[in-house]
Amino acid sequence: MQVVGVRCAAVKAIVIGCGRVGSSVALQLAGSGWDVTVLDENEDALGRLGETWTGGFQVGHGMDLHLLRDSGIEEADAVVVATNGDNTNLVIAQAAQKHFQVPTVVARVLDPARSQFYAARGLRIVCPTSSAIESLVSAVRAGETEGAVVS
Amino acid sequence: MYVLIAGGGKVGANLARSLLRSGNEVTLIEQRPYRFDKLEAEFEHQVLRGDATELYVLERAGIKRPPDLLVAATGDDEDNIVICQLAREKYGVTKVIARINDPRNQPYFDLLGISPTVSATGAIMALIEHEVPEHGLIHLLELRKENLEIVEVSVGKDAACQGKRVRMLKLPEGARLISVVRDGKAEIPDEETQLEAGDQVLAILEPGMEDELRRVLLKP
Repeated sequence: MQVVGVRCAAVKAIVIGCGRVGSSVALQLAGSGWDVTVLDENEDALGRLGETWTGGFQVGHGMDLHLLRDSGIEEADAVVVATNGDNTNLVIAQAAQKHFQVPTVVARVLDPARSQFYAARGLRIVCPTSSAIESLVSAVRAGETEGAVVS
Repeated sequence: MYVLIAGGGKVGANLARSLLRSGNEVTLIEQRPYRFDKLEAEFEHQVLRGDATELYVLERAGIKRPPDLLVAATGDDEDNIVICQLAREKYGVTKVIARINDPRNQPYFDLLGISPTVSATGAIMALIEHEVPEHGLIHLLELRKENLEIVEVSVGKDAACQGKRVRMLKLPEGARLISVVRDGKAEIPDEETQLEAGDQVLAILEPGMEDELRRVLLKP
């Protein structure tokens, strides 16, 4: 039987956009031992990662192909695109998938309609709006049921 | 022709004006409230307020008909890319034209197959090159998909190729001379064509081979 070598290098992820979502994703991945590099246009966003951040941080626009290369996107195992622009996220995610051939690419898109269209074309999209709608509807429905039981 | 224009800035509004004047049907989409009010005073029902990357806005503008042409002329390149993708792939619009605001974003348009594209910077750069040719070689046309370009070279009195036949020139691989203009008359050169001072030579070549071509044709 052949023994397959255990991969030693940490899994590498690039997180584009260091807002509330991006920074939390970066911290969680880094916490589980991933090698994470974060990109944001605003240098102050580094503060969101806390004083103990040891991963990478690059200042610049996520559309900048040179910056993406410098951040190591060509060797990345995963890319998370979470800037505050839906269309920016969609375009960067497509480039990461098609051009840089990153195995796992996930983009945050707030508009459910665009999420659906691009998901059908093979992009991995997380749509917080759809999740919020589902949660709200099920919370309201649960409330109705409870109310009905109590009365 | 029915044309949908996304983005009612200077570019979009002037396009709408020109197309309407030549008898076309136009719908213009503009998101910014202040700009929309100004446009509405002029274009009335032919301008619609909304974000042209939202499906329902595009649908209200009549994208399902579908239009003969969609022009994505907003000031945001990512928006223009998404508008063109939605138009082509979701609604079956066959012709799209995209404006590029930042020429550094050109690779994204190429990668996602969005063409033709127009960029003011690119157009002005081409003009600058035409007016002030750098080392005697002018870029005339880029065939991006084919990875080829067409350039023009003016043969000067002390040019290396002056007085030589085409077969004697060691043209770089992947480069061909496609026409020679002499005294206002164009001719397709063959192996025996002799180049003379004053000739305007058109060549087709792979991008990046310009220096090599320049060396063969122009270096004294």
